Amino acid sequence: MEKMTAPPPNMAASPLPPPDPCFVLRGAQSAVHALHFFGGAQGQVHPLLLSGSLSGLVHIWSLQTRRAVATLDGHGGQCVTWLQTLPQGRQLLSQGRDLKLCLWDLAEGRNTVVDSVPLESMGFCRSSILAGGQERWMLAMPGRGNDEVQILEMPSKTSVCTLKPEADAKPGMPMCLELWQADSSPRPLLLAGYEDGSVALWDVSERKVCSRVACHTEPVMGFDFDSQKARGVSGSAEKALAVWSLDEQQALQMCRTHELTNPGIADVKIRPDRKILATAGWDHRVRVFHWRTMKPLAVLSFHSATIHCVAFATDGLLAAGSGDQRISIWSLYPISTDSSTPLLGHTEGGELPEVPGPWSLHFLHKAGFLS
Amino acid sequence: MGSSCPEVSQPRPRTACRTGPRRPCRISGGIAAAGRPGARGETPGPSGGSVAVSPESPMDSRMDPAVSAVRLTVREAVHTLSSSEDGDRILSTLGSLKRYLGGAENPALPGEQEEFARMHFSALLRCLVGRLSPAWLELLPGGQLEAPWASFFLEGPADQAFLVLMESIEGMAGPSFRLMKMVQLLAQFLGAGRVAAVMESQCWQLAEPAFPLLQETLLAKLVGLPDHLGNRLQRENLAAFLPQNYFPLLGEELLRVLQAVVDSLRDGWDCSISFLSQVLGKACVHGRQKEILGVLVPQLMALTQGNCLWQRVCWRLVECVPDRAMEALLTGLVEAASGPEVLSRLLGNLVMKSKKARFVMTRKILFLQYRYSTPMLQSLLGYLAMDSQRRPLLVQALKELLETWGSSSAIRHAPLPQQRYVSKAVLICLANLREAELRDSRDELLASLMAGVKSRLDSSLPAVRRLGMIVAEVASARIHPEGPPLRFQYEDDELSRELLALVAAQPVADSPSEASPAVAPVAAEAPDRGSTEGGGVPAQAEGAGSDLDSDDDLVPYDMSGDQELKSSKAPAYLRDCVEALTSSEDWERWEAALQAVEGLIVRSPAATREVSVELAKVLLHLEEKTSVVGFEVLRQRALVAVVVTDPAPVAEYLTSQFYAINFSLRQRMDILDVLTLAAQELSRPGRLPKAAQVGSPSPASPSSSTEAPAWRVVVEERIRNKTRRFSQHFDRPLVTFDLLGEDQLVLGRLAHTLGAMMYLAVNTTVAVPMGKALLEFVWTLRFHGDAYVRQGLLSAVSAVLLSVPTARLLTDLPDELLEAGPWLADVAEQDSDEDCRVLAVKALLLLEKLKDTLLPLTPP
Repeated sequence: MEKMTAPPPNMAASPLPPPDPCFVLRGAQSAVHALHFFGGAQGQVHPLLLSGSLSGLVHIWSLQTRRAVATLDGHGGQCVTWLQTLPQGRQLLSQGRDLKLCLWDLAEGRNTVVDSVPLESMGFCRSSILAGGQERWMLAMPGRGNDEVQILEMPSKTSVCTLKPEADAKPGMPMCLELWQADSSPRPLLLAGYEDGSVALWDVSERKVCSRVACHTEPVMGFDFDSQKARGVSGSAEKALAVWSLDEQQALQMCRTHELTNPGIADVKIRPDRKILATAGWDHRVRVFHWRTMKPLAVLSFHSATIHCVAFATDGLLAAGSGDQRISIWSLYPISTDSSTPLLGHTEGGELPEVPGPWSLHFLHKAGFLS
Repeated sequence: MGSSCPEVSQPRPRTACRTGPRRPCRISGGIAAAGRPGARGETPGPSGGSVAVSPESPMDSRMDPAVSAVRLTVREAVHTLSSSEDGDRILSTLGSLKRYLGGAENPALPGEQEEFARMHFSALLRCLVGRLSPAWLELLPGGQLEAPWASFFLEGPADQAFLVLMESIEGMAGPSFRLMKMVQLLAQFLGAGRVAAVMESQCWQLAEPAFPLLQETLLAKLVGLPDHLGNRLQRENLAAFLPQNYFPLLGEELLRVLQAVVDSLRDGWDCSISFLSQVLGKACVHGRQKEILGVLVPQLMALTQGNCLWQRVCWRLVECVPDRAMEALLTGLVEAASGPEVLSRLLGNLVMKSKKARFVMTRKILFLQYRYSTPMLQSLLGYLAMDSQRRPLLVQALKELLETWGSSSAIRHAPLPQQRYVSKAVLICLANLREAELRDSRDELLASLMAGVKSRLDSSLPAVRRLGMIVAEVASARIHPEGPPLRFQYEDDELSRELLALVAAQPVADSPSEASPAVAPVAAEAPDRGSTEGGGVPAQAEGAGSDLDSDDDLVPYDMSGDQELKSSKAPAYLRDCVEALTSSEDWERWEAALQAVEGLIVRSPAATREVSVELAKVLLHLEEKTSVVGFEVLRQRALVAVVVTDPAPVAEYLTSQFYAINFSLRQRMDILDVLTLAAQELSRPGRLPKAAQVGSPSPASPSSSTEAPAWRVVVEERIRNKTRRFSQHFDRPLVTFDLLGEDQLVLGRLAHTLGAMMYLAVNTTVAVPMGKALLEFVWTLRFHGDAYVRQGLLSAVSAVLLSVPTARLLTDLPDELLEAGPWLADVAEQDSDEDCRVLAVKALLLLEKLKDTLLPLTPP
């Protein structure tokens, strides 16, 4: 694929006009609710893009041919809300509103559900995993009780624990989750955004809330956390973004809020190089901010319906999925290749099958990737 | 010029009284000189002062012994010259005659010279011409005869020599040696500056009797020289005789004579320059203003600068121009002069002295012609403004100009360029007049201005309206500065800028210097504003290679488009939309509905058909309640979409509403626009598949063959409506609103719309009856007074010719076409509006083409 970088904005007094999408993927044929880039680390090969739609299908898009190369149907026509690949084994996790988490085997052209985990919550909460490259990995998902989060050890599906807030806290349902591990200690931690607008940090092994901060007055719809800078950003149904940080004592603190033009943020993602972040707006627009200063950088208007999700590829490509059934791909502020800053952990998906050369349809067939 | 012409007099003290009869156009040197001194030997011949050249009859001269001696000598010499074949004898005879020309070592007595010049010189020259032949010149070797022969022509009295030269050239038949010799001699004559001598000789003949005839002939020959020579020599003509070379030469010679006149005035001699004026005038009448004035004006401009004598000579020169040449000269002068000051210096108060000049300057150039450039108008009106005596003329001119500018008949019948010209003249007048002068005739001026503004704004031609607005704004501000300023909304364009520049006074001159410091700080601030709040200017300047710097390369894009989203309020169904537009008090919802309505109509044709007429009604009556961006466009597009979706009932509704009483002009125009746009959309087959796809999402091989009948049916249905409308049109007495009177703008638009409909109805079966009805409609209105209406009618005729099949035209509409031909020819020739003429020519061409294709068919 050619370089898809926007012309670098120069220092001229008059700002450049807002950029257009590099290209647009059509053909999901229903609203796009989940996006996940797969592979393509360090720009060796072109990544694939996975999208989950309202009609329950998962599409695998080639970013080179710009076509869907495969479609996975495993959720009985119910909305797919979350997609995540595992670091090893070419496995994909998909969460659907049919109360199932499916584990797909995509290796060598297979696309079968090898396992599934029953969900017990009808909410919109997306799950989260913590996988360090070993056989065993950890999964956090909304639990049976309204306000519970369940932690499982995978692939054995053994329940590790259930995180239930104290009786007097009443944070409402969990809305979004993120499992992570600090560099300093091996203890797994969980960040959870709740219905009452607060974000809580759980120590999973001790099953207790380390800290909690009220960020919003409306439910937290999405957040992202930069573990290196110990700072996170969250969006909610209200008209503001909240930036909060975690100090040495593992206490959450509000840093600042950033006012928006229109209310409603469905998803927030920080780019792997921690330079910029993007938000998915109910106002049909993607907003791009400078992550360190929270300076607004761009407002991307293309979609004609609510944007449900955004995702960054390791090479910096931005994808946005919208209710108008389209996925727009953008290239902004190219990542400098000599950047020595380590990339954010959570977007490092599984390594692709070692396919030589470009990711053409032909190669995918040859490699047995497709059915 | 009557004898009332005042004389220009030398500012020297008058020491003696003048004798002799006063002649018009004489410039008096103040001293009545008796016998001019021989210092002016260049001008021999009858060059005496008014006393010396007392009237002498030929009888008197015969009595004089000196006179008869001259006669004898000349007669003998002529005899010798005409009969002798002896070269030496001829040479000596010529030498002896040369005495009488003066300048030789042994000149004859002045009296004898004079007698020779007056009585015998022409005869001698004719004799010399008669003898000229190759053999005669060969009588002495080495061309010894030629130089003395030619010297008589070049050194003798110039006027006679010139006449004989011209006469002999004209009299000779066919090309011959003699003709070529004479032509060369004439070229030599011109080259030697003898033309100045010819003219100068006429300046001193103050009291010569019976010379008008001579002057007349000289004048004709002098100015007509290029024509005569051109006729005579045809292809062999010499460059010197071409008008583009001859007239500049004439101009230079004129200047030399004028210089001589000025010199002699300074010395106190009288002289007359009426002959020079006549030469100048006649050259101008011959259309040679550019050549002759191109030489004269720049020189005169320099010479009259600060020199009273030159100025007076110059004024006199213009004054003495005969009336019939005045216009040609003045227009040439106004064109050649570089500004009002120059014009004022050259003309003086000519307009006060000469009626003809006043007529030309204040009426002819301003009202009867309009080909002159703006700088010319500026120098002309500036000239009127430069002298207090002439200023009343300027006020008068402004009054008359404004009256013409505002006259509704002139607006209707004058061509647009002339209206522009008059408008410019009005503005220049205003710029030249002082407030006090304007105040004196304010009422009159305001009255004609207001009448003019009214009739101009009534016009249906945008250019006329625009002129009205611009001039009204400027004029009202100048005429009535205390009143509230008049402001019209018109877009800036080249014309408006040009017109406004005419009145922009000089005080603007120092503004740029003020403006530049004001601009500078802004420019300096701009980069600061662009820099980030985090980085700051100093950090950048130091070029710190820290983490801070690397972040600053993220420069924001333009985010001005990030506005609050109102779509949440937009209705999702057409019925909700109608409801929101009619009854909503929530303006955001109303706006959102307005913005959504076109999309909803296109997306759900079935739902639209259910409410189509109601929706059209709502949209037609919709008023702009909030300042929505592009309200007009949104409404129009929605209406067009409704008509396209459900043509029959909606078009019927709209056409019926067109004649209803309670509509504004705007709404009626909208109806016409919407109908035209909808017809256009319906007649374009490419548009429909797209709409169909929206309706039925299954793209089952959209072959154009199946689509085409669909749109054609729709169009025909549409067109049938229209034809019904025509018949309605003629059934109705048209009293519902004054379509044939005040509302000519609507009528014009109606005619244009009908033409467009006709054009779009090409290839339909209704085209023929429709064309017939339309031609009838055109025929009844063909002499409408409004140019816009006529333009509409003419384009409708063209549309009929284009849309109705040629075969049907002749079978179904022969009479109409036969009648239309002469009418179109008439319009093409005589209409005052240029667009009308062009349209008529186009229609005529179509008609001709039609005849060409059909005539071969008709005989069998």
